[in-house]
Amino acid sequence: MTREEVYIKLLPVFKDVFDDRRIKLSDQTISTDIVGWDSLMHIQLIAAIQDEFTIEFGVEEAANFKNVGELVDLILKLI
Amino acid sequence: MRELEYPFDARLIIRKKKSLKRRLLEEEPKRLKKNIAVLGGSTTNDVVDILELFLLNNGIEPVFYQSEYGRYWEDGVFDNPVLHSFQPDIIYVHTTNRNIAAYPEPSYDKSTVDSMLKEQYKHYETLWSRLQEKYDCPIIQNNFELPYTRLMGNMDAYSYGGGVNFLTRLNIFFYEYASSHENFYINDINYQSADFGLDKWYDPFYWYLYKYAMSLDAIPTLAFNIANIIKSIYGKNKKAIAVDLDNTLWGGIVGDDGVWELSIGNETSRGQIYMEFQQYLKRLQTLGILLNVVSKNEEENAKAGMEHPGMVLKRDDFVSVIANWEPKSVNIVHLADELNLGVDSFVFIDDNPAEREIVRRQVAGVSVPELEKPEKYIRAVDKAGYFEMTAFSADDANRNEMYRKNVQRSILKNKFMDYNDYLKSLEMEAEIKPFCSIYMERIAQLINKSNQFNLTTQRFTQSELEAMSKKVECVTLYGKLKDRFGDNGIVTVIIGMQKGEELDIILWLMSCRVLKRDMEFAMMDTVVDQCIQNGIRRIRGFYYPTAKNVMVKEFYHTQGFKKISEDDAGNTKWLLEVSDYEKRNHVIKIKEN
Repeated sequence: MTREEVYIKLLPVFKDVFDDRRIKLSDQTISTDIVGWDSLMHIQLIAAIQDEFTIEFGVEEAANFKNVGELVDLILKLI
Repeated sequence: MRELEYPFDARLIIRKKKSLKRRLLEEEPKRLKKNIAVLGGSTTNDVVDILELFLLNNGIEPVFYQSEYGRYWEDGVFDNPVLHSFQPDIIYVHTTNRNIAAYPEPSYDKSTVDSMLKEQYKHYETLWSRLQEKYDCPIIQNNFELPYTRLMGNMDAYSYGGGVNFLTRLNIFFYEYASSHENFYINDINYQSADFGLDKWYDPFYWYLYKYAMSLDAIPTLAFNIANIIKSIYGKNKKAIAVDLDNTLWGGIVGDDGVWELSIGNETSRGQIYMEFQQYLKRLQTLGILLNVVSKNEEENAKAGMEHPGMVLKRDDFVSVIANWEPKSVNIVHLADELNLGVDSFVFIDDNPAEREIVRRQVAGVSVPELEKPEKYIRAVDKAGYFEMTAFSADDANRNEMYRKNVQRSILKNKFMDYNDYLKSLEMEAEIKPFCSIYMERIAQLINKSNQFNLTTQRFTQSELEAMSKKVECVTLYGKLKDRFGDNGIVTVIIGMQKGEELDIILWLMSCRVLKRDMEFAMMDTVVDQCIQNGIRRIRGFYYPTAKNVMVKEFYHTQGFKKISEDDAGNTKWLLEVSDYEKRNHVIKIKEN
């Protein structure tokens, strides 16, 4: 899967979890860019991503990515 | 909402939680508002979020209080002004085996383990009794799921020092408390986790990351079960089944195949499947669930099929059998009228997906389980939580019988030209008295279930009723009605508040199964007698319209009250001068002590 393909699958996950059709993602996107992305919603996002890509994050990994770029790196590493 | 009905997709619910909530809030404006306090031994945020969805889907709008993380005990036991001012309607204690302070060592003997058990149990019992004292509301408590690991393997189950043994015994202590205390309910996570799969239920990822005691995927199952208990407490259970015949109660089509070709009974595997399904329905009937047939068939074919010797359910097990070619949606509405139930009290069971879809679309509120193969029918009905029980009264066990007698009464009614003669022929006798504790459970059940003959649709928990029955300014009355066909039990309830020389009737309801029996007049006569005794000169009545109680819109008018006001919402106030009242009941004998 290419980076672009990961983004194509990832964007609908974000839109569903935050219930916001206008969300746009880039490597630089951070949690404060998206309304409602707090620590409580983070766990749901993680769960939905794991489900979407059929992968399992480690506890450390799930808590520690700095931006969406790092998240995509992580997904690419696990699939 | 289909997404929130069994079998739901847990991951979809988690992913679309926000939009599901938005959609639920858009529909159905009238909901029951309830304050729910969640005391958690682990993280409860998602439990609360998903529970909210299931409750909204059942017409209950929750407001939540959550304890500080892990402080279920401290926040419940000690003075807690925030919780106090929150005034919980329900308290849910979300503890799991993560909250077990100590497990026995394998080498411990029984008496050492017994004292450990006692200590663990006391910890919870203290919490429950403090909660009951302070907040006086229903409590829902998790039991314990089995441990994830077994130090001694299978021996963990039967050795007193084993973890499995320890938790199993602790659960039994919980059940004994539950069965000897009113207003206390167990949320059976022991069953839920087994059903879900213990291995999937425990997910260390969510524990270490966010201190969730179970996998996020398991939370919808948990929340679904809590919601079922809550909706049962507030009387939102299903009360009746409308079931199809061909390929639902038996294998084959009676009109095409003939009675002797039907698969039902012990002889074949296919026959056994349908027989077991009938046995399951028969057991639901013992809980007071009314069974009815709605079938597209010639009536004589339906009857002939039902006389098949392999049938577990006989004609008398059904309150009503409808076999015709009308749309089933029409028949269900008709059936609901006949039984004086709302259509939302029904579960419609049919193997045909097209019939299911039509009923789903045409009759809002009817629950329609998805059926696949006949060997899975029982599962589809059982797991959907339609008939979750939180109390069981003698009335429930006899309900089918009572409804059948109602049908007999209506046969008798046709013989009389004069309705009053008919009422007299019933030889009715009523007992009308202030609330007393032996009937409180039934009174609470009636108050929380009745929708149609209900002037104000006020709901009260059993503990609130207990408190009211002790106040001098409260006039409480229940009415029991017997006749030559049998005892209907408690069928009507009134609560009035005395304010000097006036009485406000804040609640008046009656079970629809005794409609048009003059029981309301017998009740009113007694209210007036009580007023005279207490020096009350005026009685005020209130009618608050809901989607279901239009039948009593003019009730106070027929009782001789005068309307004094009406607002834009249709709420009306009525007044009666006690001195103007004339007794109206001439057909029911009132039992004197």
